[in-house]
Amino acid sequence: MGRASYIRKRLILSVFVLFGVTIVIFGMVHFLPGDPATILLGDRATTQNIAALRDQLGLNRSLPEQYWLFVSGLAQGQMGTSLTFHQPVRDMVLSRVPISIGLAVYAMALAAAITLAFGLLAAVNKGRWIDQVIRVGFLFILTTPSFWFGILLILVLSLGLKWFPVAGFGATLQEHVWYLFLPALTLSLQLSAVLIRNLRSQVILTSRSDFVRTARAKGLHERLVLLRHVLRNALLSTVTIFGLQFGFLVGGTLVIETVFAVPGMGQLLFTSITGRDYPVVQAITVVSAILVIIVNLLVDLSYSFLDPRVTYE
Amino acid sequence: MSESVLDAGLRPRVGEPVLQLSFTMRLQKIGLNPTLLAGLLLLALVVLVAICAPLLTPYDPIVQKLDEAFQPPLSVNHILGTDNFGRDVWSRILYGTRLDLQIGVISVLFPFVFGSLIGIATGYLGGRLDTFFMRIVDVLMAFPFLILVVAIMSILGPGLGNLYIAFGLVGWIPYARITRGETLATRNLEYVHAARTIGCTTPRIMLRHILPNVIAPGLVYVFTGMVLAILIGATLSYLGLGTQPPTPEWGAMIAAGRQFLLQAWWLTALPGFALLVLGVALSLIGDGLADRQ
Repeated sequence: MGRASYIRKRLILSVFVLFGVTIVIFGMVHFLPGDPATILLGDRATTQNIAALRDQLGLNRSLPEQYWLFVSGLAQGQMGTSLTFHQPVRDMVLSRVPISIGLAVYAMALAAAITLAFGLLAAVNKGRWIDQVIRVGFLFILTTPSFWFGILLILVLSLGLKWFPVAGFGATLQEHVWYLFLPALTLSLQLSAVLIRNLRSQVILTSRSDFVRTARAKGLHERLVLLRHVLRNALLSTVTIFGLQFGFLVGGTLVIETVFAVPGMGQLLFTSITGRDYPVVQAITVVSAILVIIVNLLVDLSYSFLDPRVTYE
Repeated sequence: MSESVLDAGLRPRVGEPVLQLSFTMRLQKIGLNPTLLAGLLLLALVVLVAICAPLLTPYDPIVQKLDEAFQPPLSVNHILGTDNFGRDVWSRILYGTRLDLQIGVISVLFPFVFGSLIGIATGYLGGRLDTFFMRIVDVLMAFPFLILVVAIMSILGPGLGNLYIAFGLVGWIPYARITRGETLATRNLEYVHAARTIGCTTPRIMLRHILPNVIAPGLVYVFTGMVLAILIGATLSYLGLGTQPPTPEWGAMIAAGRQFLLQAWWLTALPGFALLVLGVALSLIGDGLADRQ
């Protein structure tokens, strides 16, 4: 199968998954036991409120009709009206998407740098104390909740040493980079903890290959052997893991935003949950699922650029 | 590393008896390795602490004594200090151990059983059943796990019971994927053909012949799953969706201590360390079991 037909097949699969995602999100309110309007209103469920919400959500129509309204609305970018702010959900969510994506990309960039540095350092020094320190250190980071790690960083680096701002977002691009450094670092350390384990073992495995021995035998500098021959081959599986971890990164980003008061989707999500503003929760769930689908597609397509030998079957 | 240890143990050296086994090798003879042993010992300690909580502290974790609020760690009567309500932090962490262990175990129980059975059934039977479940898996994998759990909780409402329901609805996916892969590799082996030839029923082949041979990787993942469940449980408590106050739970304690970060760092820092210890114990067991295979 050529690259073009693979891309076509992969796109069709993504569209199918997207369709499934809309069914899950639609089904979440409609297939759970009880009347959606009563569940969504919680303590505020008076007969009058229930009737009004049923009307607003279109619950008096048949299920297929409701689903069609939901999906065709989504396709046009309509995601309903917020129950607490009485604004279009689209405007509320879309203005925050770039902030969350920015933070996630920032974290990915830091994670790539941290993974490359520590993964290679551990692999080159396999079995020595520096390898053990890196492994144990990142095992600790992996088993701590990210929100707690973020709070510790605030405690030490912001409140103690006063190197970074405690929370917020800043106004200019430079300020954004400055304000988002700690949240991005928190996220990237957790992401790196998974990636470093993989990169370390892959580098060690690749170093035993014949082509690496040949490269050394022809007198190539050790650094060039490592970067040009070993790393490029070892990276393939790390990139796959990176793609698989993206869902965790999105989830983590939304939580970390609440810790550092970053005005992204996460902050909106958790205030909406407290306020039982389901249309907003729904919209953010859709947007994060779409992000994951896009990234997984990009990861699958990136293989052929990383390794020209990859064929699509 | 293990290779060099093995070599060292096997190669006879001058003046040494040939059959003297190293510590690692003796462990391996009883099915253990250093990582697994360390994890098991650490977990045993945590479980012991959870069981003996009332014996290890004289204080009730919930009763408030406002005149004793904000005592720092290493105070005369409170080894880890007190919180804003004057409750003993050591007692709350001890009793929290019970809850966090419970979250870890219950959250993986149903997903492990259901996911493994689905994995065996889809892998062995194939066909439409396989296609159906694998498409569900594809779709659920598109959601960030935490966001999906949060979205379900936002409908069901906060609380531990609903947390378990949310985990049950989406947590089975990794087990189904892992076990399905193993079953696909097993279904055409000779002993399965043999069982079929002597007339075993399909359920019997799946449960008696395939299950024991494919369950190990899923079982290893249980420990990763427990760490994940405990971390997500703590995260949801931190966000106000999990355990409700005044129940002592580590994530909820971290959340409650946040507003006193400047005056009482121990309220956020110490429960996090407790989470770290339990997480490291479970991760070491998972790594140790994986190494054994």
